[in-house]
Amino acid sequence: MNPEELRKIAITQKESNAQYKHQICVCTAAGCVSSGADKVKDALNAGVKKLGLESTVQVKGVGCMGPCSAGPLVRVKVRVESEGEILYKEVTPENATEILASLDTGKKIDKLEYNTDVPFFTRQKKVVLENAGYVDPDSFVDYIGHDGYEAMIKAYTEMAPQDVIEEVIKSGLRGRGGGGYPTGLKWSTVAKARGTRKFVICNADEGDPGAFMDRAVAESDPYRLLEGMAIAAYAIGADTGYIYLRAEYPLAVKRLRAAIRQAERHQTLGNGICGTTFNFRVEIRLGAGAFVCGEETALIASIEGNRGQPRPRPPYPAASGLWGFPTLINNVETLANIPYIVREGGDAYGSIGTEKSKGTKVFALAGKVENTGLIEVPMGTLLKEIIFDIGGGIPDGGKFKAVQTGGPSGGCIPDQFLDMPVDYESLAKAGSIMGSGGMIVMDDTSSMVDIAKFFMEFCMTESCGKCVPCRVGTVQMHNLLEKIANNEATEDDLALLQELCDMVKNTSLCGLGQTAPNPVVSTLRYFRDEYESRLVRKGDNGSKPQPEEVKA
Amino acid sequence: MSPMTAQVVTLKIDGQDVSAHENDSILTAAREHGVFIPTLCNLDGLTTLGACRLCLVEMAGSPKLLPACTTKVSEGMEVVTSSERIAKYRRMVIELLFAEGNHICAVCVSNGHCELQSMAQTVGMTHVSVPYLYPKRTVDASHERFTVDHNRCILCMRCVRVCDEIEGAHTWDVMGRGTAAKVITDMNQPWGTSDTCTSCGKCVHVCPTGSLFEKTASVSEMLKRRHFLPYLTMMREEVE
Repeated sequence: MNPEELRKIAITQKESNAQYKHQICVCTAAGCVSSGADKVKDALNAGVKKLGLESTVQVKGVGCMGPCSAGPLVRVKVRVESEGEILYKEVTPENATEILASLDTGKKIDKLEYNTDVPFFTRQKKVVLENAGYVDPDSFVDYIGHDGYEAMIKAYTEMAPQDVIEEVIKSGLRGRGGGGYPTGLKWSTVAKARGTRKFVICNADEGDPGAFMDRAVAESDPYRLLEGMAIAAYAIGADTGYIYLRAEYPLAVKRLRAAIRQAERHQTLGNGICGTTFNFRVEIRLGAGAFVCGEETALIASIEGNRGQPRPRPPYPAASGLWGFPTLINNVETLANIPYIVREGGDAYGSIGTEKSKGTKVFALAGKVENTGLIEVPMGTLLKEIIFDIGGGIPDGGKFKAVQTGGPSGGCIPDQFLDMPVDYESLAKAGSIMGSGGMIVMDDTSSMVDIAKFFMEFCMTESCGKCVPCRVGTVQMHNLLEKIANNEATEDDLALLQELCDMVKNTSLCGLGQTAPNPVVSTLRYFRDEYESRLVRKGDNGSKPQPEEVKA
Repeated sequence: MSPMTAQVVTLKIDGQDVSAHENDSILTAAREHGVFIPTLCNLDGLTTLGACRLCLVEMAGSPKLLPACTTKVSEGMEVVTSSERIAKYRRMVIELLFAEGNHICAVCVSNGHCELQSMAQTVGMTHVSVPYLYPKRTVDASHERFTVDHNRCILCMRCVRVCDEIEGAHTWDVMGRGTAAKVITDMNQPWGTSDTCTSCGKCVHVCPTGSLFEKTASVSEMLKRRHFLPYLTMMREEVE
């Protein structure tokens, strides 16, 4: 299918969307599906059929709308006199008739309405998620109807590979998987690397506890990911791509598989993409639940069919990756930024965010916060804006204590940093990392020792067992944390814990071990008293204080 | 890769100016010039792994410690192979290994000929400062000539590598994660029932501890002979 034909589809799709008088979008991402969105959609469809509204009302499944805790979410777009959008929360199948009846009157159903004129919606800036909640993730045609593949066509027909890389460099985009490595630099390195073949890998092995950004992108807008990969492949000269997707995301697996089939059928993937001479094929590889396979060298080993264990770098995958060929590995969110950058230009993207951290970042808000869900904000948004304005603060009048960012590799940020802009540098300065975008908010009922113990247990069970410090060190650190949590540890134990933190950080082979001590280090830095208050003092037998020595 | 085109680079190891082939590792260059760097998982003739972390060295301009076995030399590189910090980390690695398994030297077939034991002396380990984990591990004596005692395994993967790379049988592999990781024969079948094992005994002789041993050996009697390995590699390279 050549660019002209795709444009024709886009116009036809836009026209057919416009002919409906009303549009009802039901969120069909994992969060809403788990609270019954499928049944709501079925009920709406049945209602439309019963009332004979097929020609005026469109019911469609869309991706994530954001406030996952209020699901199932339904957005109704009515065209009565003026156009308007209403968002309904916690919709049940029984509400279907009510919603359908309200369409022609244009009257809102007050008890279901989710007020969208609140910071949760107004403060966000959608780039990666611009289509999420609007486009039907199961429909190639609908993606085209939302200007999908425009960027890819622009790249393939109007730009040389080097121009594409230039735009990405200009955009200032940095890797969203956690490391924050400049994406443009990585692309140009792989483009320059010599190899008879090159590969693009999309790292979708999202494994941080409490993080679900990549899942949302893959479930809500799978074609965007494929488009981003196809542009990357063109820029670096790769002919094959792999999406390393965790098997725990069945909906994402299903949608991406369907998307690849559809894209191949419409020749936006495969041989001779869009009538050009460029070939690019994408395959999915399912992860078997190992967190360490998010580490790039372990991920490559896993795709090759080996045990998912990291190897020392250098050589970096950019020089010698999959089967020894130059390989570009980017995270889902990074690749989902690409269509926007190519379409709008690197400068437009670079105008969002701060000087060193450009663009937007998707965060998964979880924990003790009013609005849990998925948000996308410009880099440099203040931490307090994210937690209190967008997140709605701590529920039940609780008091904010800390926010954990970056998952098991990250740290806990206490309240003195609430005025801090959220970007790569500031987070690192505060002793944490940006990570992939998980934000777990904690109130004053959370014990920091328990948090550290939880993450250490995670690292301990996810360590691959290859290098000694990570394999044994995490077990020792976990045991010490347990001892502290049980009020059985002494000052010596705390000192040993700190020594192990330093050793494991500096001697482990890969990122998992090198960052495993971070949750302990950061909580010790800001909440040391919580550790010390649980220690058994020397000369103290655990319960009774010893009487002072009596002089004879 | 051929010697015809291999470039020579000069670098500093512990202040000493040394030359090396550009494809050499820091470890190779250091050994060539008589600088000792402790290793456990590394063995001449097998591929490098970088797993034991004993050979970590400091390098000027790099905030991270780098494994000497897998890091290639480069022009102008300045390497420091021993410092107080490195010595401490090396000691801790050995302590962690002793605490991880069940290493009772006094009753071990390899007592006196054990690489882990002698490495403990080399790095100056006087005691184990972390609590012993006392794991419950198994012994497989189903093979007619050899025994594997997982209590003494330090997961250096030498058996896995020698079986795959030199013997070509790939009987050994690894299963499980973290401290639950263990070396297995075939698909975790008893060694004695293995269809792939050729009973060549290479794994036994490359094993640094008393984890793999010949059944005829009693306490302190298991001497390991490794001279076949560099010899085999050399002969194969010559044929190529």
